[in-house]
Amino acid sequence: MTEKKPNPLDLNSSNFNPNMYLDKLFKESNLKQIMDHESEIVKDTQTLHSDMQTLVYENYNKFISATDTIKKMKVDFKKMETEMDLLASNMASITSFSDQINSTLRGTRTQINKLSGVHTLLQRLQFLFKLPTSLKSRMEEKSYIEAVHDYLHAQRVLEQYGNLPSLQGIKSDCETILVELKKELRKHFSDPQASAKELTESVDLLLQLNEPASELCSEFLVCAEKRLSDQLVLLKDQSEQRDITEFIDLGCSGFLSDLCLVVASFDDMFINRNTNENIENSDIFENFAATELNNFVKQNMQKYFELVQSKVDLEQDVGDTGILVQALDRFYRRIESNTLCRDVDFSAVATDIVINAGRKQCKAHLQILKMHFADSVTKIRQSLTTPKLVSQEDSSKNLNELLSSLILSIVEKIKGVLQDLVVFIQPEINFAQKPQFKDSFCVDNVREGLIVCFMHHLTATARSYCAKVASDLKIPPTLLLLLSKLCLDFQSGSVGFLLSQTDELFQINPAQSAGLTNEYEISMTMQESAQELLNYFVRIQGLNVSQMLRKSVETRDWLHTIEPRTVRAVMKRVVEDISAIDATVALLYEDQGTNTEHSSDSSRKTHSISVSRHQYRSNWSSLTPNHLDSALVSNMHKLFSERIEIFSTVEFNKISILTGIIKISLKTFMECVRLKTFSKYGLQQIQVDTHYLQLYLWRFVADENLVHFLLDEILGSAVHRCLEPILMEPSVVDIICERG
Amino acid sequence: MENENSVIYGLEFQARALAPQLAETEKIRFLIGTQSLKQTTNQVHLVEFNEEDSTIKTSVFNHPEGEIWKLNTSPLDKTSLATCYNAVSNDNTCCMKTALYRIPQTENPETVENLSLGTKFETDQYGSEIKTTEFHPTDLNKAVTVMENHVVFWDISGEEAKSILNVQLSGKNNPKFTTGKWNPHQNCNQFTTATETHLKTYDVRSGEVAWNIDNVHSQLLRDLDYNMNKQYHIATCGDDGLIKIWDFRQTAQPVYSRSDHSHWVWCIRFNPFHDQLLLSASSDARVLISSAASVSSENNNDVCIHDETETKQMISDGPLQWCEHEDSVYCAEWSPAEPWIFASLSYDGRLLISRVKKTLKYQIML
Repeated sequence: MTEKKPNPLDLNSSNFNPNMYLDKLFKESNLKQIMDHESEIVKDTQTLHSDMQTLVYENYNKFISATDTIKKMKVDFKKMETEMDLLASNMASITSFSDQINSTLRGTRTQINKLSGVHTLLQRLQFLFKLPTSLKSRMEEKSYIEAVHDYLHAQRVLEQYGNLPSLQGIKSDCETILVELKKELRKHFSDPQASAKELTESVDLLLQLNEPASELCSEFLVCAEKRLSDQLVLLKDQSEQRDITEFIDLGCSGFLSDLCLVVASFDDMFINRNTNENIENSDIFENFAATELNNFVKQNMQKYFELVQSKVDLEQDVGDTGILVQALDRFYRRIESNTLCRDVDFSAVATDIVINAGRKQCKAHLQILKMHFADSVTKIRQSLTTPKLVSQEDSSKNLNELLSSLILSIVEKIKGVLQDLVVFIQPEINFAQKPQFKDSFCVDNVREGLIVCFMHHLTATARSYCAKVASDLKIPPTLLLLLSKLCLDFQSGSVGFLLSQTDELFQINPAQSAGLTNEYEISMTMQESAQELLNYFVRIQGLNVSQMLRKSVETRDWLHTIEPRTVRAVMKRVVEDISAIDATVALLYEDQGTNTEHSSDSSRKTHSISVSRHQYRSNWSSLTPNHLDSALVSNMHKLFSERIEIFSTVEFNKISILTGIIKISLKTFMECVRLKTFSKYGLQQIQVDTHYLQLYLWRFVADENLVHFLLDEILGSAVHRCLEPILMEPSVVDIICERG
Repeated sequence: MENENSVIYGLEFQARALAPQLAETEKIRFLIGTQSLKQTTNQVHLVEFNEEDSTIKTSVFNHPEGEIWKLNTSPLDKTSLATCYNAVSNDNTCCMKTALYRIPQTENPETVENLSLGTKFETDQYGSEIKTTEFHPTDLNKAVTVMENHVVFWDISGEEAKSILNVQLSGKNNPKFTTGKWNPHQNCNQFTTATETHLKTYDVRSGEVAWNIDNVHSQLLRDLDYNMNKQYHIATCGDDGLIKIWDFRQTAQPVYSRSDHSHWVWCIRFNPFHDQLLLSASSDARVLISSAASVSSENNNDVCIHDETETKQMISDGPLQWCEHEDSVYCAEWSPAEPWIFASLSYDGRLLISRVKKTLKYQIML
C-alpha cells in the first residue's frame, strides 16, 4: 500500500507533504513530543548536510582527469586521418600495375594449356600402340589378369575410335590377341590339372571380357562334367578291386569333394556374383544358372549313385555285414551332410540305396538259410539211407538226435543272421535313425522278407517232399516223418521264439504295424504242412506195404495151392515192416497211452463187434453151405459199425499213424482177395495169414476191433471167392501161427 | 448219406459188372451182371428206369455159364452184349471165358429166360485171364478182347469169332493188361489199353503202338475213358486214388488231376453230353461227380473272349456231388439216353440210379 500510494507522511518519500506532516504532528503529539521531534529533525538535517559535502570533495579530482584524457585523444585522431589518405592512394597505383601485367601474359598461357593437352593425348596413343605387344608379352608371361586389365583400359577408346584407319589395325590386333586370350582361358576349363581356383579366375576374367555368361556356365559345366566322369570311370575301374569301404572312401574323397568344389565355385562365379549389370537380367541369369547347375548335379549324382548301387550289389556275398554297414554309413553321412542341390534331396536317394543294400543283404541271408536248410535235409536224407544198412538200432537212436540237431542248427543259424543284421540298426549308425529306412528294413526286409519268408520256405520245401517221394523212390519215407515232426516242433516253439526274437531285436511292435504276418498264421501253415507230411508218410508207408500184399496175392495161383503149413513169408515181412515203422515213429512221437484209449474208446464197440465176430467164427467153422448167411451177417455188421475211412487224416501220435498204415494195407489186401478165386487150401492159407496178422497187428492200433473187422472182411471175401469154402480148425491155425 | 434223387435196386448177389445199354437212346437202361462163384446160375439184370415216376422195371436173364466179371453192350445193337465170365467146372477148377449174347425178347416178365448165345470166342490159346471184350463203336462186326497179355481183334459176324489181329504185350516182369477202350475218334482206328501204370494205344490197322503215356498213375491204372467231345482228351484213374485227364498230344503232365477219393478209383466216365462232369467210382464206397470244367469242351474261354451276353459262370474244378454205398463201388455209368442220370453198382449188389443235382444241372444248362 505504501508503495503504491506513497505515503505523504514519509520524510524520505518524494511526495512528502510537509504541511500534512506538520498537521498530523500537531494533532497527535503534545508539546514535549513536538519539541523532541524538532530537535531530532534538526540533528538529521545537519548530518545529511555534512555527508553531501564529503561526497563532492571526493569526486572532483576524477572529473578533472577525465577531461584531460579527452583532450589528448582529440589530437591523436587528427594524425591518423592523414596517414589513411596516403594508404589509399598507394593501393590505387598497385591495382593499375597488376592489370597491366595480366593483359600482357594472356597469350602465352593459352598456348601452354594446349600444349599440355596434346601431350596427354600422345601418351594415351602410345599406350594404344603398345597395347598389342604388351598384351602379347603378358600372354607369354601368362599373367592374364594384367592383360585383361590392360585391355579393358583401352577398350573404350578402341571402341570409340576403332573405325579410324590408324586405329583399325590396333583394334584388330587386339581382337585377335584377345580371341587367343579367351581361348587360352577356356583351355583352362579342359585342363585336368587346373585347380578350381584357377578355373574361377579364368571364368572371372572371361566374364570381365564380356563373354556371354550362360554360354560360359554351360561350358564350365561341360568341362566339370568331363572331369567328374573321369573320376567316375576311375571309381568304376576300382570298384572291382577294392572292398566296399575303400570304394566309398574313394568316392567321398574323389568324386564327391570334386563335385562339391564345382558346385561351390559355380555358386561363386555365376550365382552369388555381385554383378553391376541391370538387376532383372542377372536375376534371370541366376535362375538359369541354378537350374543348369541342378541338372548337372542331378545327373552326376545319379551316375554316382548308380555306381554305388552296382558296387553295393557286387558286394552281396554275406561276407561281413559290419564292414558293409560301416561303408554305407559313411556314404550316407557324406551325402546327407552335403546339400549339393537346392531342390533335390539326395539323402532320399541315398536312403534308397541303403535300403536296397539292406534288402539285398536280407535276401542273401535268406538264400544262405535256404541252402543251409537244403543241405541239412540232404545230409539227413543221406544219413537216413546209409546207417540202416549197418544197424537198425543205431539209426533209430540217431533219428531223434538228427531232428533236434536240425532244429537247433536252423534256429541258431537264424539267430546268427539276426545278430548279423542287427548291425544295420545300431544307434550310432546314421541312417538307422531314419524312419523310412527303419520301417522298410525291419519290417519288410528282416521280418517279412527274411524270417517269415524262410518259415514259408521251410514249409514249402517240406511239402514239396510229398511230391518228390512220389516220383523218387529213393527218398526214405522216414524223411517225411522227420520233416513233419520238424514242422510240428517249429510250430510249437521255434516260430514264436524266432518271431519274438526278431521283434525284440528290431524293435518291431507287432500290435502297431498292420500287415504283419502274425505268429498264428505261420503256426497254422506249419501245422498244415506237418499234417500233410504225416498224411503222406502214412499213405506212402501204407502203399509200400500194400504193394507187397498186392503182389503176393496177385502172383500166386490160389486155385492150385497146397495145404498151408506155415504163414506166408510176406505176412511176416509185413509185420516186420510195420514193427520197424512203429519203432521209427516211436522215436519221434510219444506213445499216447494206448491202453487207456483202448478201453475207453472201444467199450461199446468192442462188445458188439466181438459178438459178431463170434457169430462169424461159428458161421465159418460150422461150414454151412449157405453163404447168404455170412453175407447177411457181414451186411448187418456194416450197418452197425462205423464207416472206415481208409486214407483219413491222422493225428500226431504213434497209434494214429500206425492205424492209418494198417488200415491202408488191409484194405488193399481185401480188394486183392476179391479179385481172386480160391481153392479150399487157398482159402485156408488166407485164414492162416489173417490170423497171423491179427496176432501181431492189434497192438499197433488204437482200436483193435478195427483190425479184427478188416481181417474178418478179408476172410469173408475170401470165403465168397472160394470154390470149396472149408475153413481150417482154429486150433490148427493157432498152432501154425505160433510156429511162426 | 442217401441221395434223395437216388433209387436203389438191390440184388441178392455180389456184383461188379455194370453197363449202360448203349444202343438204347430212348429208355434209361442198365445191365448188371452178378458175380457169385457158388450160385449155379448167375444172372444178368436189365434195369429200366422210368424217370418220370422214378420207378424201376427189371427183367432178369440167366447166365448159367459162370460169374460175370465184365459186361459190355454193343453201341449199335440193342440186344447184343458181351460178358467176360469165370466158368467153374465140376472138379472145382475154373477158367475165364468171354462170349456175345443176345437178350431174348420176352413177353412174360415172370419167367427167367436164359440169354441166347451169340458168338463164341476161342481164347484158350491167348491166356487164361480175360479182362474185357469191347464192341467196335461203329462196326457191328468187330470186337476186341483184352487178355492178360494179348489184345485180340475179332470178326464177330459169324457164330465163331475169327481173330483178325493179335497184339502181344511183352516186357520185363511179365506185364499185364488191365483194360482197354476204343478211341471213338479218328475213325475208330485206335485201341487204347491200360497196362500196369501205362497207357498204350495200338493202331488197329497195323497192330503197332500209335502212342503211349508212361506212368500215368503212380500205382496200377484201373480204368480209362475217352471224351466224346474232345478228341485228344482221355481220363484215367488208378490205385493212387487219383483222377486225371490227359491230352495225349502232350504227355508230360496231365491237364487235370484230382485226388478226392480216399482209396483206389476203379472206374471213370466222362458224361457223354456234358464232358465237364466226371463220374468216378472208388473202393472207398463212394461215387463222385467231379467238375473238370477247366478242360471241358464247353469251356471256350481260350477261343472267344468274353461274349458279354453269354458269359456263363464256369464251375470250378472239384467234387460236385457224391453218392455213398456200403461197399466198394467198382462200376459207375452215365445213361446214354439221359445226360443227368447215372448208375453205380457196389460189390454188395446194390445198384443206385441217381440224378445230377438240379442246381448243378441248371448251372450247366443255363
